[in-house]
Order: sequence, then C-alpha cells, then structure tokens
Amino acid sequence: MTTMQRVFGKNAAYWLIGPAALWLGLFFLVPMLSLLTTSLSDPAGSPIYGYDLTWRVQNYVEALGDYWPYLVRSLIYAGIATALCLVLGYVLAYAIAFKAGRWKTVMLVLVIAPFFTSFLVRTLSWKLILADNGWVVNTLQWLHVMSPDGRLLATPFAVVAGLTYNFLPFMILPLYASLEKIEPHLIEAAQDLYASPWKGFLNVTWKLSIPGVVGGTLLTFIPASGDYINAAFLGNPNTQMVGNKIQALFTTGGDYPHAAALSVILMVLIVAMVMVYVRRAGTEELL
Amino acid sequence: MITRVGNWIGRHLMITMGILVLIYMYIPNFVVALMSFNDASESRNLYQFQSFTWNNWLNPCEPNGMCESLRVSVSVALVATIVATILGTLASFALVRHRFEGRSTMNLFIFLPMATPEIVMGSSLLALFVAGGLGGKLGFWTILVAHILFCLSFVVVTVRSRLAGLDSNLEKAAMDLYANEWQAFWRVTFPLVFPGVLAAALLAFSLSFDDFIITNLNSGQTVTFPMFVWGAAQRGVPMQVNVVGTAMFLISLAVVVGGEMSSRRRAKMLAAR
Repeated sequence: MTTMQRVFGKNAAYWLIGPAALWLGLFFLVPMLSLLTTSLSDPAGSPIYGYDLTWRVQNYVEALGDYWPYLVRSLIYAGIATALCLVLGYVLAYAIAFKAGRWKTVMLVLVIAPFFTSFLVRTLSWKLILADNGWVVNTLQWLHVMSPDGRLLATPFAVVAGLTYNFLPFMILPLYASLEKIEPHLIEAAQDLYASPWKGFLNVTWKLSIPGVVGGTLLTFIPASGDYINAAFLGNPNTQMVGNKIQALFTTGGDYPHAAALSVILMVLIVAMVMVYVRRAGTEELL
Repeated sequence: MITRVGNWIGRHLMITMGILVLIYMYIPNFVVALMSFNDASESRNLYQFQSFTWNNWLNPCEPNGMCESLRVSVSVALVATIVATILGTLASFALVRHRFEGRSTMNLFIFLPMATPEIVMGSSLLALFVAGGLGGKLGFWTILVAHILFCLSFVVVTVRSRLAGLDSNLEKAAMDLYANEWQAFWRVTFPLVFPGVLAAALLAFSLSFDDFIITNLNSGQTVTFPMFVWGAAQRGVPMQVNVVGTAMFLISLAVVVGGEMSSRRRAKMLAAR
C-alpha cells in the first residue's frame, strides 16, 4: 500500500484510478448523453453532417409504435433462453462444484474454452446441425416427434436454441462461484435433517446459491436481449429481435434518431427490469 | 434400499448430466473442426460435409480478404489488450488497496458497461463519433477506442478478485525482512498478482478478437475477422473460416493448459524447498 503512496504521493488512489475513470467517462458516459441527444434530434439530418437537436420526443412515440413487436420478441426469447441456461447451467455448475473431484480445474477450463472459437463461426455451425436434412431433424422425424415437412432452422426454436447455447458459460461461471463456497457438510446436515434430498436441496443449496443465480441470470439475459447474431443466422424475417432493427436503422437505414430512441428504450427497459428483479431476489434471500 | 438407490443416483446422475451438458457445449466446436476438412469446391450446399480434404488447412488465406481481416483483428486485439490491462490493473490496485472518496461509486461505474447490452454501447459510441464530426472517419481508431472500453471492466473485475484474495501482510513481512517498498512490490506483490493480470489479458484479447456487435457499428470501411464472417455468411462461408476457428481454439487451449501447468510446477518447487 505504501509503495504506491511513495511513488505517487498522497493522492495515489486518484492517480491509479484516474486513467480508467477518464476512459470510462469519455467513452461510456459521454456517449450515453450523445445517444440521448441523438434520440431527441430531427431525423431530417444525415450521419455525415450530424443531426439538429430539436427535442423531438415524437421519435420515441414513433419508435415504440413501429417496433414494439421486436422489443417484446427480444424480451421473450431472452427470457426463455435464460431459463433454459439456468437449468442446464445449474446441473453442470453443481456437478463441477460437488462431484468433479480432482477433475474440477479441467472441467472449468473446458467450460471457458469454447469461447475461444469465434462466436460467429460457432453460431453458423448450428445452421448445419439444425439443417432440414441434418441428423437432428431426421431423427426427430423418424421418431414422429416432428412432422415430415417440419423444420428447425429459420424458426423461433432455432433462435432460442442459439441464444441458450451462446450465453450458457455466462450462467455457469457465477453459479459455480457461489456453489463452490457452500460447505459440503451443510448439505450433508440438510440431508440428515430433511425427509427428502429434494427438500434439503431447496432449503439449503438453492438458497445459498441465490447470489450466483441472480448474477448468472443477469449476465445471460442482458446480452441475450440485445443480441442479433442468432436471429440473423438461425431465424427468419419474423423472428428478428430489437438488435436487428437497431443495427439496420443505424447502418443501412441511416435513421439515427429513431435507432437511438429504440436503443434508449431497450436500455431503460433492461435497467428497470434488473432493478425490480434484484430487489425481489434480495428480499427472498432475507426470508 | 430406496435411500441407497437415491444416494447412488445423487452421486452419479449429477456428474453424468453435467458431462452431457459439457458435450452439448462442444457440438459446435466439433462441427467447426470437421468442416475445416470439408471439400466444398464441388458443391453449392455449404452446410453439409461433402468429402475430406487438407486443402483448407494448407491454403488458409485463399478466400479473398480473410487474412487481411485477421491481421486487423489481431492488431486491434493486441493494442486493446495492452492498454486495457495496464489501465485496469492500476484501477484494481486503487479499488482494493486504497480507501478514497468515491470508491464505491467507482466500483459501480466500472460494473456498468458490463450490464449494458452491446448494441446500446455500440450505438452510443457511434452517436458520439457522429456528433463529434467523425462520421466519415470511422475505422481502426474508433474500433480500438470501443474495444479498450469494453475490455477495461472485465480486466478490473478479474484483477480485483485476485488482489482481494491476497494478504497485504505478505508485503509487510517482506519489509520487516529489510526489503524496501519498491523491492517488496516487485518481488512479492507483483509476482502474486501476475497470474490474475495474465488471465485478464487473455480474456481481454479473446473479447476484443471476437467482438462483432460493437465493432460493426463503429468500423466504417475497416473489416475485422468477425465482420468478414458476417459478410461471407450472406453469400456462403468459405471453409477456411472453420480453419481459423479451430486454430484459435487449439492455440488458446494450449496457452491456458501451459499456464496452468507452469503455475503448478512452480507451486511444487516452492513446496519442495
């Protein structure tokens, strides 16, 4: 501690944090303000010459009126994907934390490793797995689970499956971190005290892992609701999410004010949902 | 009897299901590796395995523009990693080792970018650049600014947790043994924090290399590797894309495993002393 003070003087902490704080301020806070002013500007401007700030609140009304189905779809898809991630992620995180023994480190590395193959390339590979004449569809049709002309690719199912796959590691790591802290003796004691293992699990393990559940669901839901790669590669024009629309308005559409308004709406929705959710989870934890 | 069956299931079912989830996570990696050996020259259907070939691995740069995009991605990722790791490590020291006014605000502030959807962060940066008159000058530098920004928070979170787990008494002990402050820092604190810094740098590199959503909005005419894949996906992806994906996976796995093994060897050597 004192090394730093010797080198930087009394205000060591401010010298250390200054550069990072400056970067975040200049390129995170200021852009957010810029996004706000753009969303209230006259759409008659152009991306090259800029837009005039006319406090045009109408942009928000128009963006909501035109694109609300995309918003609703994004929240639903991201919600389902998060729930699926929670189930799959809990199983794997539990297995690593309590059952993996000396394979713990290896399994953790294996959870992170798929990250290092490009996100887009991996998502594209689902196109091949879910293809109309692929083995998944063929097997399901052979089992009569699916009608002979049914398909998986270019359906909402494929988009949700892609989201679930892509954001699963974000769920597993926080879950593992909170499960790993639980003393195994506590679980044994619970099994001695409660009639069924299920009740013991609910009353002890699940309750103690709530911080991981909250962290994991947030880290999954937030990026999933803004994602548009899965919808673009695995969906069809009727499964597009709000990210597809914002991106299209900014790039090909060249309509910055409406795109910015839609971006702000998404951000506000997410912040509001996160705040309600965290507060609820917090009170549940106290009970 | 029933409880014994239940116990057996409890012991083995969870690990079996866990391994099944892990296998599910690897299906795409397996498909990508397989397709890197696919000979797609004869067929129009690019999403099916045709016949085996070494050609994609022998001529990785065959597709027009792919290796240029790789070069752009690697140089952006290298610079972004270095800057974000330095800024982030310094900030972590301030947050863990110092008590100062505004510390809890800073902790929240650092976390905010991670809680923002990429599409929002990307569009806000674009709004800033356009408002600043840089609308026609988007490219390498605007991509770099954006990448440093989103890597920064992840570096701080990673280094901070490593630093928080360190006993600051170790430095005091070193100084009791007549190390001066500078020696105590470089010989005791820094080597102990270094694995955290390295992990943070690795994470920053892969985040930057792989980013598409933020980059796509702020890149202008510059093409990174993910943007090359995005563009190619509209026409039909060259199989060499799978070569890059597989190679990246193998290289980073080697780095992670090598790092883990060397830190274990060091721990053993220290224990043997």
